[in-house]
Amino acid sequence: MGQKGNGREALLGMIKEEQAKTGHLSKDAMVRVAETLGVTVGDVYGVTTFYSFLSTWPLGRHVIRVCKSVPCCMKDAEKLIGWIGKELGISPEETTADGRFTLTLTNCIGACDQAPAMLIDDEVYGQLTPERISEILKSFD
Amino acid sequence: MPEKRILLKNCGEIDPRQIAAYEKKGGFKALVKAREMSPEEVIEEVKASGLRGRGGAGFSCGVKWELAKKRPGKEKYLICNADEGEVGTFKDRYLIQNDPFSLIEGMAIAAYAIGAKKAYLYLRAEYHYLLEILKNAIMQAKEKGYLDGLKIEIREGAGSYICGEESALMNSIEGKRGEARYRPPFPPERGLFEKPTIINNVETLVNIPPIILKGSKWYSKMGTEKSKGTKIFSVSGDVAKPGIYELELGCTLKELVVDLAGAKGIKMVQVGGSTGGIVPFSMLSTPLSYETVLGSGAVVVFDESRDVIDFVYRTMEFLNEESCGFCTPCREGTEVMMEILGRLVKGDGAQEDIGALEDLSNAMIASSMCGLGQTAAIPVLDTLKYFRNEYENRISQSVFLRSFQPIMIS
Repeated sequence: MGQKGNGREALLGMIKEEQAKTGHLSKDAMVRVAETLGVTVGDVYGVTTFYSFLSTWPLGRHVIRVCKSVPCCMKDAEKLIGWIGKELGISPEETTADGRFTLTLTNCIGACDQAPAMLIDDEVYGQLTPERISEILKSFD
Repeated sequence: MPEKRILLKNCGEIDPRQIAAYEKKGGFKALVKAREMSPEEVIEEVKASGLRGRGGAGFSCGVKWELAKKRPGKEKYLICNADEGEVGTFKDRYLIQNDPFSLIEGMAIAAYAIGAKKAYLYLRAEYHYLLEILKNAIMQAKEKGYLDGLKIEIREGAGSYICGEESALMNSIEGKRGEARYRPPFPPERGLFEKPTIINNVETLVNIPPIILKGSKWYSKMGTEKSKGTKIFSVSGDVAKPGIYELELGCTLKELVVDLAGAKGIKMVQVGGSTGGIVPFSMLSTPLSYETVLGSGAVVVFDESRDVIDFVYRTMEFLNEESCGFCTPCREGTEVMMEILGRLVKGDGAQEDIGALEDLSNAMIASSMCGLGQTAAIPVLDTLKYFRNEYENRISQSVFLRSFQPIMIS
């Protein structure tokens, strides 16, 4: 992503690149990014903690983001969280012991016509049922 | 009123990966025509059409362009706001998935009109799966020579509702926290990197090619006095057929949610997203327009089984999470409102709660820095207006339940 031009402009893209490597932004990575772009570590930390897709703690190999906004809630998003939790043995904001999945809740993902919906990594899955979830989860390594 | 597919005319009709399919349908003819006109003439045409911003705020598109065009200096920016985070809104996703070329053509015309050589397309992180289709559309348009003199760069967000707010969006592109900015200066005067900047929603830009091609006279015949053209509505909630519907502005809410989307047993409808107005069943003949309710065109239908207070609580929880935290009225206001509404949901409300919600609403509307805080109270005030008895009943139940507590403790 555009790393030319003024350093600050490249910050968000660079944080994402670092996160893609290890699944989160470690303290070392924050210092590295800050030094490369000539900004303070505070700036890097401030940006990382502002955006919900960036993380300062390790995430699993795949991140499940279940939509909890009103249209999905109306279509049993809460049950959906329970189904996934049961399948994986974790609660929201937890990672499976094998590091395969992190489960988290998110706000509207723009799939209200397919509610209840979720994102796994970058893919959207809608009209979810317990059967479908079990199938979808199995397809991830 | 039947559906009127002007913006959606190519959706489902063309292969969104093949520019030739778009050209076959008359694609890029508007851009060619615009480049034969002067930038001022293009702006005049858009102004005369009466097109207003489709992202929710509804500012006149042509007037905004003119402001940026008239600013001195050669460096100007166009930003396409594809950070569609408004709850219940998915029209921009649908447009990009099915017809990315209309958006690219609209951007090219807008950039020509305001004199921008660089344009950014800010795509929300949740829509990362649309990146390839956009990149492909830009690449093909470039190869065909439609983007000569214009560089379009896609920037992705990282998960933040407030970045759909124009000043926060600019901060995000600049690599900062997505916090709102003080205005004035407004973006057409001093925006991205301190340069004159125009920020338009995806749907607004998709309106541009038909306006240029068929003319403002044709366009302004559609709609109401202050709301011209058609609007894409995202319908969800308690309806038989959730999805995307394009209708002429001024159509009634009933036509949309009952006749087209098949809603039954309606209690209320929220129009315009999380901070949108509430329309009770008795007012279903309300026309959809900037004069009444519209916002982003999100339409969430609630049937009689739904609990109003639970809905308002969840909405406030959302706004509280997504408040950028920069200004106190919004950061603290949404927090306290969420706390009060949370008590009401749990059946632990007090008589003073309604008054406190109203006082807080007024303070937030008057003193918040951006649209989020200024409008966060709308669902609270609207439900208090139309469903006050539900709040009062919940509170009297709470008081009744609490009266047993000393007995239970002893």
